[in-house]
Order: sequence, then structure tokens, then C-alpha cells
Amino acid sequence: MANYDYDLVIVGSGPGGYVSAIRAAQLGLKSAVVEKESPGGVCLNWGCIPSKSLIHQAEIAHYAEDLRKMGASVDLAGVDYKNVHKKSRDAAGKLSKGVQSLLKKNKVDYIEGTGTFSGPHEIDVDGKKKITGKNIMIATGSRSKEIPGFEFDGKKILSSREILDITTLPKKLIILGAGAIGMEFAYVMNAFGVEVTVVEMLDQLLPLEDGDAVEVIAKAFKRYGITTMTGTKAKSVDKKGKGIRLTVDKSDGEEETLSADMLLVAVGRAPNTEKIGLDTVGVKTERGFVTVGDYFQTSVSGIYAIGDVTSSPLLAHVASKEGEIAVEHMAGRRPEPAIDPDLIPSAVYCQPEIGSFGVSEKVAKERGLDFEVASFPYRSAGKSVAVEKSEGIVKLVYATDTKEILGAHVVGHNATELIHELLLAKKAELLPEDIATMVHAHPTLSEAVMEGARVAEGWAIHI
Amino acid sequence: MAEKVPMTALSPTMEEGTIAGWSAKEGDTISAGDVLCEVETDKASMDYEATQEGTLLKIVVPEGGQAKVGQTIAILGEKGEDTSDIENEIAQEGDSSGAETDAPKPADEHSEEKSTSGSDSEASDKQQTSSTDKAETADTGEPKAGTTDKRSGSSAGSDGSRIKASPLAVKLAAERNINLNLVSGSGPDGRIVKRDIEEFRGVPGGAGATSTSAGSASAPAAEDQVIPVAGKRAVIAKRLSESKFSAPHYYVKMSVDMDSMVNARKMLNATLPEKVSLNAFFIKFVAEALKRHPNVNASWQGENIVQYGSIDIGIAVDAGNGLITPVVKNCGNRGIVDIDADLQELITKARDGKLKPEEYTGATFTISNLGSFGVDEFTAIINPPGSAILALGATRPTPVVTSDGSLGVGNIMKMTLSCDHRVIDGAAGGRFLHDLQQMMEQPVRIIF
Repeated sequence: MANYDYDLVIVGSGPGGYVSAIRAAQLGLKSAVVEKESPGGVCLNWGCIPSKSLIHQAEIAHYAEDLRKMGASVDLAGVDYKNVHKKSRDAAGKLSKGVQSLLKKNKVDYIEGTGTFSGPHEIDVDGKKKITGKNIMIATGSRSKEIPGFEFDGKKILSSREILDITTLPKKLIILGAGAIGMEFAYVMNAFGVEVTVVEMLDQLLPLEDGDAVEVIAKAFKRYGITTMTGTKAKSVDKKGKGIRLTVDKSDGEEETLSADMLLVAVGRAPNTEKIGLDTVGVKTERGFVTVGDYFQTSVSGIYAIGDVTSSPLLAHVASKEGEIAVEHMAGRRPEPAIDPDLIPSAVYCQPEIGSFGVSEKVAKERGLDFEVASFPYRSAGKSVAVEKSEGIVKLVYATDTKEILGAHVVGHNATELIHELLLAKKAELLPEDIATMVHAHPTLSEAVMEGARVAEGWAIHI
Repeated sequence: MAEKVPMTALSPTMEEGTIAGWSAKEGDTISAGDVLCEVETDKASMDYEATQEGTLLKIVVPEGGQAKVGQTIAILGEKGEDTSDIENEIAQEGDSSGAETDAPKPADEHSEEKSTSGSDSEASDKQQTSSTDKAETADTGEPKAGTTDKRSGSSAGSDGSRIKASPLAVKLAAERNINLNLVSGSGPDGRIVKRDIEEFRGVPGGAGATSTSAGSASAPAAEDQVIPVAGKRAVIAKRLSESKFSAPHYYVKMSVDMDSMVNARKMLNATLPEKVSLNAFFIKFVAEALKRHPNVNASWQGENIVQYGSIDIGIAVDAGNGLITPVVKNCGNRGIVDIDADLQELITKARDGKLKPEEYTGATFTISNLGSFGVDEFTAIINPPGSAILALGATRPTPVVTSDGSLGVGNIMKMTLSCDHRVIDGAAGGRFLHDLQQMMEQPVRIIF
């Protein structure tokens, strides 16, 4: 029997890596995490967390108008974005330290440095030392995808990570890509006075979300003064002289050149699977993503891969769950294999928010499902009117015969929290009638969820 | 003040009982401790003793009716008291206890709604009450179901509240007429989920086929008989399906020359006032073999394998109305005469339906002997929590090759051991069976 330094060595300390390490500790596995940057990975340091801080502050800026209505003289002219930036960095820093202390508390060794495979059970750290593990987990995550001709330069053409670290705002910003990341930055930048144009190649903003939900957001964005161009393909960018000029093919076939100070390219993410020695050990990949089995085992025994490096949805909560499954598997437990993609929630945090899972109406049609749709507007729930957050809908897609919930889409204030009642129902195979007949506190936005279920049952009260 | 007499749990596992017969009748004066009725539980019949005194005003569940634990079976009070209020209450009790959700008022007011969203829970209400006499009168003619249909569905419906199943699974099972008792759950903590219903391969609830075949006038065939699955039959079905579907069974077969054992029995019985049964011999030999192979006297518990300290051998008995396996406890440390006395008493109780739950549960190993039915050999389904069961056939004169190579006639019995592979590997099963065979052929080996 070979002797290893650890039962498990994890490369990467993002939401996949650090959660796996702690789960491993709970199951009695001795583990180490190798991280080349800060504990917590992109999510904590350069993604989810700092961006939520920015969005929160943008929301506060939006309330200036409400304060004025109360008679206060509020002027956003004094807002210094440096302070906004600092708050976001503080939030990230605090949580990153938190991860480090969680690892310590769980007796996980945190090893600073760049980890690469030097053998199927061995990770080389910075070429200085080698550590061995009975199992090794690849949790190196992803980075912003770069497209030829639009390479990031950190000054005029920025990735989502780079724009998180700017301290001076551009006057005009073009965002390439209307996915969650692009839309969230559009919201933030607009709130702080930047003139924003969003360019999306497909013919819907947030192409993965339900059409009705996106329509609510599109309306709000229009009101904020954000320009959106769907069905528009970016052809080239010219960054000579001052600012940038982006040439696009519009949906009507016309070519147009847009100018701005800065371009944010948010068109997807690329897995970090190069330069970590996968070839050395023969871990198979497909289009850059590591090929994995039901328990996230790679083609090489003892090596697992989870999170953004696999081809499952690139979301922090997916990475965490996959990590848990992989660790439980290597510890000899029998976890539920893989994750049902219809049970993965997706969240978009611009205002109004979207929280959703399962099939959209469009996908249900494409799959030829026998389904029906129930929809209930926020404005019919008293609370939404009282707190002036009345734009939004709760939408359920459910099977015609059994009424099984196939998908749910909540758009509006707090949608990313509200979605979980519906998701629990889906996971536990509850039916709309279970939600419809449950007593919900009044007044709450959750009443809209209850009423949505009642629409499916045919007896909504407030509509 | 009239009071409801509820069905109580007469054994730890009892969830439902059938009234085998009322000892008291309406109008009788009852003292605490008097036997009210006899209740047939999942495996045994027991007396239901009154805990209060008064006059038995009304019998709610008649002889042959079923009641879940907690459900009212009778009303006790003062002579001549009006029971109409309490009867109304009982009628409502039946309406709500089986429902997954208690629909709030608005639901009730929407009469149109009731026929769609409410139909599922309503159906199960009716199924539940149909097991009592109430339903026969309170029946409101569900469009899709004839009487038999509903009754056979009753075990699924009425059990819905105690079997862990998702609402969607319950609904699908009702649609497909699948008895949830027969489905094993793969969800969290064994909950039955949609997938389990979709992948269910067992026999459907069985009701669909009701008496549709009687049509042909020229050749009248006997009508199909629909037998409600309840009580003992439901338990047998559930436990054995669970065992067969979850425990990976494999089978090991051997032939035993029975001459030595038969002679040993003859020798022993010649000296005893009462003859020791052949089954007691089998139990004793098996116990001795288990002592030498504790890994066979074990149980799969998911996270752990338990090797039992006591050797408790169950023996399958045909009790007339179904199979039951009384358990002879601690066989490893008892003599054969002692074992046989215990066994005979248990078998008598089993045939009279008087076994207490602790007398028929917890076998660490089970023997099923179909030799007396002329069966040559067969394979049996493991009886949990044990991990192995020994199936014995008949002893027959059979040509055998003797030790010197010549052909002779031996009295051969075939035995088949079913093992749960999660607990007992093939080699372990083989070694156990071989030792058992050696002991039976050369009983003196017991002292080794």
C-alpha cells in the first residue's frame, strides 16, 4: 500500500474546492487545498460576492429618487466610485478570510502556490515541493472567455474580473453579452451614471431565461435608460486613439459603429484546464472541459473534477454540490449521483431579479412536453404595492396530467430568494396544491408564490 | 358523556387492524379490562380490552372491517345517550385523516375546483372510509371507480399517510393503480418518489381486471375474484418485495445424505417420551453451523453489518391464511429437546393466529421446509433482518455414487441456501453450507 501525504488534495479553493475540503474533513479524510490566489476563488474574490456588493450599492443609489420624494435633498453628484469599489473589496476580503478560517477550523491544510500534476497521485506546487494524495480533485474553475479580436487589455477591453477592480468609471460603456454577468454590470454601471449599451448576439436578453421573465427586466432596463441591442453581432473593435469603436451587425442586417470609453466582454467562461498537467496523467477532456462520470470521477482512477472545469452549468452552487458528491463517493458513501439539471436554480441579480429552475415555456415546447402555464403578477400581492416593488411575476410550468412542477420562474424583487419555496416543492415532488393550500404569512411577496400555485389549481383569490 | 373508542396499536408494528369479531354487542355494559373485540393485526390476532367503562352504544367498525390506529371503532357512554353528534364527528374524521392536505375553506367553496385538485385527496378519503361500513352508505359514486376498484386501492390510499411517498408519487400510483405497499422508495430516507413508481415492475394493484371477462355467453367462465390486499397479505407482499428487490440474492445448492440424521433421530426418539421433530433437528444443525460461521448470522443495515450475538432461527409455517415465521430464540445455546418444545408451542400459536409480534419478528436466519409437499428443491426469498434462508426439499431415495465408486441408493435431500451478497460472499455461503452438510451426514461433527 502506497503512503500518501493526504487522502485528498484539492487544486483550487473556490466554492467547489473549499466546500469539498470541509466535507472531506467531516467524513474523516485528511485533505489539503492548493490555491494560487486568495481563498475562495473567483466566486468570492472576483465574482459573485464583490458583484453583489456593487449591486447592493447600486440599489441604494436607486433609492435616491425615493428619498427625494420624501422631501430630502439628495444629490448623487458627490458619490465617489472609489468608495463603492472599496466596500466591494472589503466584502470579498472578509469572506476570503472567513474561508481560510473555516479551512483551518476543519484542519484542512491550505497550501499557497500553483498546483500542477506531476503524477496521478502527486501535485507539484510552484516547482518547489510535491505533495501526494490518495485522491486528487481538480477544482480550478474558469475564467472569462476571450474572443479573437476582442482580447482583454485591462484598460479599454475588460473582463468581468477586471471591471470589478476599476476605481474610476467610464462615461460610456458597451457590454458584449446579455447573460447574467453582462446584465448585472449594466445595472450597476447605469445606477452610477454610466451610459450603458448591451449588445447580445441572440434575440433575447438573458437567453437562458423564460421569455416572460425577461420581458419584465427589459422594460425596467428601458426605464433606467439602458440601451439594449439583441440579435446584434459584434464584428470588430477599434481601440486606436481615445475610447473604442465597436462595429456591429444589427438584427436588421445594417452595420453600425458604436463608440464608448470601455468595452466589457462577458460572453461566457472558459475552463482552467490548461497548464495544470492534465496531459501528464492522461485526464481526458472534451472541448477543454474535463470528462467526468456520475460521481465526478475523471478518466484516471483517483482523480476527480468538479465545478466549472466540467461541462455542467458554470455556477458556484453547482460546484459546491458536485464537490460534496465527489467527496462522499471517495469516502465510500453512496451519494445521489450527479445533479438533476432541472433542480439547479439560476439567479440573476439585477433589479428586478430572476430566480428560476427547470424548463422555460419555450423549452417545454421544444421538448414537446404536455404542459400548462400559471402566472401571477407581483402587483396583486399587497406587500409588493406597499413596498413599491410591484413589477414582477411568478410563473409555473407544470405537467397537464399530474401537475408535476416542470419549471418555475420568478422575476421581481427578492426573486432569487422566493424561488426556493418552489424549488423545494420540485425536489420533494410536492404539487402546486401543496403550495396553494399552505398558509403563507400576510403581507409577504411569498403570497405571490402561493397565488401562482393557486392559479395552477384554478382558484387564485387576488386576480 | 359518550366517548370514542379508538383502534390502538396492539403491537409495536401495528398500523392497521381488522376486527376479527366483536365479543361485546351494542347495549352491553362494559367494565375496564373486558374484551371488546378480537383484532387481527399484521400477523396475529389479539384481544382488544376496554380501558373505560360504560355502555357500548355503537359499533362503528363491524366484524371484518378495518381500522387504522387512532380511528374510532366504537362509541362508549351512558345508556340511552344520543350519539348523533359524535357520529358526525367520526364521519368527518374519516374525511380528513387520509388526505395529504387539509384544504382550507376557499377550496371547498369552489365546487368546480374540488373535482380537479381535490380529487386525489378525496379519492383517498373514500378509499379509506371504504374499509369501514360507513363508506358503503356514504359512497358518492366516484365516476371512474366501481366498488371493487376502490376497495383494492384502499391499501395504497389508506396507507398514503404512513408510507413515505411524495405527493406526486402518491398521485401517479393512484393513477396507475399501484399499491404503495409494494413499492420500495429510493428517495431521501427511503421515500417513494416518482422514479420508483415509473420503474415499478411488480404486479399492479390488481383491480383493473374486475369481472370484465364474464361476457361470453356460450362458455360461461368463473368470475374473477378480487381479494383486497390488507393485513397479513400486504405485510408479506411488502416485506418480501423489499427483500427481493433490495437484497442481491444468490443461491447455493447441495445434496445431503439423510441416513445418519434419520438414524440419529431414531436413536434419540427411542429414549424420549415425546418424539423430537425433524424440523427441530434442522434448527439444531443450522444453529451449530451458524456458531461456526457467525458471518452468516448477520444483517445488512445500510451503514453497518450487524453480526448477531444470538442465533434466532425463524421457521416458515403455513398458518392457513398466509405465511408466518415463528422464531426460536437463542438456538445456539439450547439442546434439541428444548428447541423442539419451543417450536411446537410456536407452531400451535401460529396456526391459531395467536403469535405475539416478538415471537415472529427478528429472525437472524430462516428455514423453509417444503419437503412435506413433495417439493424436490426450491429457492426462498430472504426473510429480513436475516441475510440467509435455507430452503429444504423432500428426502427421496436417489441413485448415488458411493465412496468405493459403485452405484448405490441414498436417501438424498436437496437444500438451497439463499444469501444476501451484500453480507455473505459466495465463498462464505459455500463454506457454511458445506459444514452444515458435513454435520448432517456425520452428526458426531457437532462435538468438534
